[in-house]
Amino acid sequence: MRLPERDRPWVMRTYAGHSTATKSNELYRGNLAKGQTGLSIAFDLPTQTGYDPDHELARGEVGKVGVSIAHKADMHALLDGIPLDEMNTSMTINATAAWLLALYMTVAEENGVGRAALQGTTQNDIIKEFLSRGTYAFPPEPSMRLIADTIAFTVEEVPRWNPVNICSYHLQEAGATPPQEIAYALSTAIAVLDGVRDRVPEETFPRVFGRISFFVNAGIRFVEEHAKLRAMGGLWEELGRERYGVEDPKFLRLRYGVQVNSLGLTEAQPENNIIRIVLEALAVTMGRDARARAVQLPAWNEALGLPRPWDQQWSLRIQQILAHETDLLDYPDIFEGSVVMEGLADELVDAARAEMAVVAEHGGAVAAVGYMKTQLVESHRTRMGRIERGEQKVIGQNVFTEHEPSPLQEGEDGGILTVDPAVEQGQIEALASWRSSRDDAAVDAALTALGEAAADPGVNLMPLTLAAARAGATTGEWAGALRAVFGEYRAPTGVADAAAAVSDYALDELRDRVERVSEALGRRIKILVGKPGLDGHSNGAEQIAVRARDAGMDVVYEGIRLTPARIAATAVQEGVHVVGLSILSGSHAQLIPTVLDELRDAGVDVPVVVGGIIPPADERALLAAGVARVYTPKDFQVSKIMGDIVDLVAERYGAGTPA
Amino acid sequence: MTSEGRDLGARLRSRDLAAAPAALNLIEDRSPGARDEAARLLAEVSPAALGGEAPAHLVGVTGPPGAGKSSLLSVLVKEWRDAGRTVAVLAVDPSSRRSGGSLLGDRARIDHDPRDRGVLIRSTAAGGRLGGLAAPTRQAAQALAAAYEVVVIETVGVGQSETDVEEVCDTVAVVVQPGSGDTLQFIKAGIMEVPDVLVVTKADLGEAAARARRDLDAALRSLGSHEVPVVAVSSVPPPQGIEELVSALEGHRSALDLPLRRLRSRRMMALGELVAEHGDSALRGLGGRRAAERRLTREDPAADVAALVRALRAEAGVE
Repeated sequence: MRLPERDRPWVMRTYAGHSTATKSNELYRGNLAKGQTGLSIAFDLPTQTGYDPDHELARGEVGKVGVSIAHKADMHALLDGIPLDEMNTSMTINATAAWLLALYMTVAEENGVGRAALQGTTQNDIIKEFLSRGTYAFPPEPSMRLIADTIAFTVEEVPRWNPVNICSYHLQEAGATPPQEIAYALSTAIAVLDGVRDRVPEETFPRVFGRISFFVNAGIRFVEEHAKLRAMGGLWEELGRERYGVEDPKFLRLRYGVQVNSLGLTEAQPENNIIRIVLEALAVTMGRDARARAVQLPAWNEALGLPRPWDQQWSLRIQQILAHETDLLDYPDIFEGSVVMEGLADELVDAARAEMAVVAEHGGAVAAVGYMKTQLVESHRTRMGRIERGEQKVIGQNVFTEHEPSPLQEGEDGGILTVDPAVEQGQIEALASWRSSRDDAAVDAALTALGEAAADPGVNLMPLTLAAARAGATTGEWAGALRAVFGEYRAPTGVADAAAAVSDYALDELRDRVERVSEALGRRIKILVGKPGLDGHSNGAEQIAVRARDAGMDVVYEGIRLTPARIAATAVQEGVHVVGLSILSGSHAQLIPTVLDELRDAGVDVPVVVGGIIPPADERALLAAGVARVYTPKDFQVSKIMGDIVDLVAERYGAGTPA
Repeated sequence: MTSEGRDLGARLRSRDLAAAPAALNLIEDRSPGARDEAARLLAEVSPAALGGEAPAHLVGVTGPPGAGKSSLLSVLVKEWRDAGRTVAVLAVDPSSRRSGGSLLGDRARIDHDPRDRGVLIRSTAAGGRLGGLAAPTRQAAQALAAAYEVVVIETVGVGQSETDVEEVCDTVAVVVQPGSGDTLQFIKAGIMEVPDVLVVTKADLGEAAARARRDLDAALRSLGSHEVPVVAVSSVPPPQGIEELVSALEGHRSALDLPLRRLRSRRMMALGELVAEHGDSALRGLGGRRAAERRLTREDPAADVAALVRALRAEAGVE
């Protein structure tokens, strides 16, 4: 009934980092002092997508959603005073994972810590970047090669490192159902493993299989979510045995870390989120047979803006109370023999298997990116529709909305952290001084060698990446050398193939209005949906694009990572009536005014609406700058947003009175 | 009297590319006032006003979904721009029958420098004509042909759209990917016209692309079409076959009796517009399609489409 000895708790982390390396280092030391047992580094978007702070696309994004790391000195500052031989560090880094790992290794090396002692994880899962998160840098094929290179390298050289953390987390954030989450993550694992199979000796392969770990999500339906993890564990073991001939049980065990759901966290009555987070944490810790190895929890105020140290501390305390105060760790698996739990897991296994077969028919995860993306857009649309219609209850948002004002938001800071916009300029200057202090010839030589090796798929790029890191190359230079060989890429948006919506009363009414206003305009209402900046969280923009199409508008949607100049050029060339912009990275205060300026310079005088995680003070500033409407997560009714947009267009062009 | 249409048309004629977006807005505008203005605009860029045929090379790029048209256009646009030629692309997207709305996503896949004023990409919905070209798209191509050096119409699909594109363009390139036997079958069965240039994409797929190219060559020879160039291209870096494709397109254009093709195009468009507005009964009033075509040969070769439609209407007694 009880374990002979209480279990050791999972690794406790908090996804953290912002502004500069020095500031983030302070934050990490603080977190460790509060009892955190591992590090989870959040990088800013330029670092994640391989641009230096002075690049056009980095504008407004430097230090926003994470820390800016441009070269090895930044990494030194980030890890200052942290014992790397004892630390377990998780890095949320994908397209540039090989590079950041090289910087981490270089810092360890220069601090006298051998690579064999390093423990941690690079996320390094590019397929979910194409599907939902958007921080890719290169086309699929060379991206998969970089992943294979890091695995083949670390399995020998950094044996305690998890080179890849395959993410189902972001799939759920993008709307995946539990079977989709399992199926797409495991299909991704297959693509990764197949890619690495001929890059390592046969006898090493079981160890490679054993080094693959997962990063999962857990939503509020926590019983089913727990079943999902049990299902995933079973399928993983089966995959190891049957597809790859792995026999050692130690290598066959599903190892996963987790960050629980952010998608379900609300802006309305945000204090309720802490309860959601606790329940979701239970999903990944309840049953011993499917318990997470590492847990990080979001903060209660994620839908409002960036969390402050106190907010993150509150979430860390959840983990500590679960692990140290409750009796959770006293028992063997509490669901063993549970008919309900096993039944649920079996159901998910069957559904996930069926979906994996579809992905395989498409030629595997890489070839099926377009298919999977479309499925996710569909699932997300279904979910949002259910919430809009009240079929899926979200307390405080679409039901029980009467409430008292929250004392949590009364402080001067409005209950969130704001990154000082001066950080960007500081980083740009620091980068310039770094460039002027290093040995340029050595950097050039290292980058040239890297570029040449990139052209030969048979070469492992890790050693050359390490050489570039040591020589003092920058993040943008490393990625630039590879972009020159690999080319650039735009991921499928998934919206064009999203099925037309089934008519309902609200949609029919909206279509009538679009029809009437279009008639009066002489042309069908044409809307540009744009995502400026580096933020790749495109779910919101995609839902707006699909709904606008369903409402009868002509929708121009070009996907993520657009420069303000491109948005303006598109608006002109396409002759749109209205522009909708979406930003979730907190860079709206810099980027939106730039887009407005570019539009003005291009002679485009159309209403601009903005959606994103935008605090009230910023909302006022944007409205004052000329934005017509600002939407935040509390505006969950997409049809209402659509109605607004139609009214705006009608009003601006005097196209009849909206009914 | 100032006229927005006349003004925009004159600006296009003097190759003021900044006038193009507004011209396209006007052409797409179906309100009665705008249609009059659009007619004035089109008159300004008619052969009569230009003193000859519009100088642009009108290129149709068509093929099944996923064949790689957008990637191909990325490298083609770059090639043309590097050669100093201005380029306009009309990307025709299918629209939803149910809502009438459409998701215009093609421009996302055509790489281009947004600050380059010499490139215009305009997405248009196919409108009612699924797979075909709506009248505004044809008119847009005519208008842009006065200002740009290359005007591309990109459409999805084979069959009707390909025929429509052929009516409007000087040169039609059909794009297929290796292993797409459908196109071969369509050509053999006569469902699809023989294109002016056949492009096999994804030449980086090596043997598959080479085989596709051989099969298409053989099929075309068996149909007696020895002249049709089959070009294999790859858009992934480093791009291959692009120069060859550009010269194949050029070669077709220079071997063409351009005035004749454009004249035929205007006549087809006039017939199309007549039927779109007045239905088949208008054709019957003229004694059938062939009689109507004969009737058009009596009109001035420099007359624009609107004038041809007026002549047909008068003859058929419809207003």
